[in-house]
Amino acid sequence: MISFTPADMDAIRLSAKVAVTATLVSLPFGFLVAYVMSYVPFRGKTLLEVLLNLPLTLPPVVIGYLLLLSVGRNGWLGQYLDAAGIRIVFTWYAAAIASAVVGFPLLVRSIRIGMESIDERLIQASRTLGARWFDTLFTVILPLSLRGVLAGSSLMFGRSLGEFGATIIVAGNIPGVTQTMPLAIYEYASSPGGERMALALCVVAIILSMAILFLHEYLGRRMGRRD
Amino acid sequence: MDLRVRVRKSFGDFTLKADFSAQGKRLGIFGESGSGKSTLVNMLAGLVDPDEGEIVLDGETLFDSAKGTNLPPNQRRIAMVFQHPLLFPHMNVRGNLLYGWKRCAVANRQIMPDEVVSALKIGHLLDRGVNNLSGGEKQRVALGRAVLSNPRLLLMDEPLSALDDSLRFGIIPFLRDVCDTFSLPYIFISHSLVEMRLMADRVTVYERGRQTQETTPDGLARKRMGASPVGYINLLRLSGPQPSDGLTTYRWGENRLLLTARTDAKEALFELSSKDMILFKKHPEAISARNLLRCTVLSTFEAGNKAGLELRCGGERLVAEVARQAVAELDIREGGEVFAAIKASAFRELG
Repeated sequence: MISFTPADMDAIRLSAKVAVTATLVSLPFGFLVAYVMSYVPFRGKTLLEVLLNLPLTLPPVVIGYLLLLSVGRNGWLGQYLDAAGIRIVFTWYAAAIASAVVGFPLLVRSIRIGMESIDERLIQASRTLGARWFDTLFTVILPLSLRGVLAGSSLMFGRSLGEFGATIIVAGNIPGVTQTMPLAIYEYASSPGGERMALALCVVAIILSMAILFLHEYLGRRMGRRD
Repeated sequence: MDLRVRVRKSFGDFTLKADFSAQGKRLGIFGESGSGKSTLVNMLAGLVDPDEGEIVLDGETLFDSAKGTNLPPNQRRIAMVFQHPLLFPHMNVRGNLLYGWKRCAVANRQIMPDEVVSALKIGHLLDRGVNNLSGGEKQRVALGRAVLSNPRLLLMDEPLSALDDSLRFGIIPFLRDVCDTFSLPYIFISHSLVEMRLMADRVTVYERGRQTQETTPDGLARKRMGASPVGYINLLRLSGPQPSDGLTTYRWGENRLLLTARTDAKEALFELSSKDMILFKKHPEAISARNLLRCTVLSTFEAGNKAGLELRCGGERLVAEVARQAVAELDIREGGEVFAAIKASAFRELG
């Protein structure tokens, strides 16, 4: 029988906490960015598009390093946070931020696919019926792009669970503090005799991921029935 | 409605220019697809911005490029019924109907949901999802939704063209009655002359982005008679059907007509082409056509190489067409008498 050490349990809990936080905090921003990209014409949209998708193609280590430079104590953002008494680097916040940055493009992409499948004339109809743009946003666009929001959230959640490269640089690998599941697995796998524990954590990761995918399927089906 | 429109809008090499003012409650905009009529109504509703010009409704400026005025669609109080119902799929019928109503200022709520629901006969649908409705039901709900937003003006952009014939003419009475009941002025856009004649009092004609005529729907129908392959379509409201020897007789004014078409309704609308009538100077003793009507010539008009005759028979009006030479041979003149022979199979029920 395999028994997890308190540090392992912390890693599992932390992974879940980081993934949930990163997804929930990103959702409203992801939705707004998707709305702007889908419906608002402006100059430089292509450039923004490229920047938004950059985290998808950049090595996560690069993202982690850039984050370290910006939120580190002497970073352009970090110095203000430091003055306000907020420390990001080597805390679980850093892990959540790293996950959010890496997963954000996946979230935005899925929501956009949902939004762009909405018949634009429905939006026009709601405007002629007296709805202001933000009214239309919440009463027509949001409910009709819920599937995209759901798909984006589960993708992002899954991506956050697996985040490694950016996290290890900006949050470090401190057991009980910033050591998430992938980091714990990495540590077990690279130490002699840790194979069994590494495998056990792998099983936990598989179970968590499958649970997310099943939940996604279930909710998607319920929405499908309602349509 | 007092509407003043002077706008210009270009897309690529297509330019729409509109310059008209309209009064009255039932205005039609007639044109083939691609004539720019949909662009025009979208500009009225605020869904498309004109390149320049101005739009003034009932004294309020909705758009003025010189002053930089451009009211957003939600502040214009102009509702639309589109070609497709465009009901919100995530709401039930009630949710759709009340969408505009909830967003209408309380002071402007003159038209009440219960009245509209009963006028449109959709009371039994209120709790249904919108995806399970028939095409005609959907369009009725869409009409109710637009009317309930209590607009100053209702735009109907080809609201019937996605429906098949039987539904199309079933919806028209709803469109007219609801707007009449709530004295709601509307602009009806269509490429169907018959729809236009049933819905509009005045009609503006658009061709390739230009306004070419401003007339009555009937005047337009007469003008187009010469070029039209179907002639002038007479619209006859017939009532009191009674079976008669395999055929059906209907009351039309003071006359009764014999038709092959049979309907269960007490009253129905039929079309009869001006081409399906033969005129006689004197009463022919025996003919195969089952209907022979004694008519008085009210007026004649020219339509291409043909002549149109407006006839009165039994208190009703009828338009017939003949070749121009026939006018002289039959000695047709205003106030004269002719006999019109119509086959029982020439009538076609609308809807």
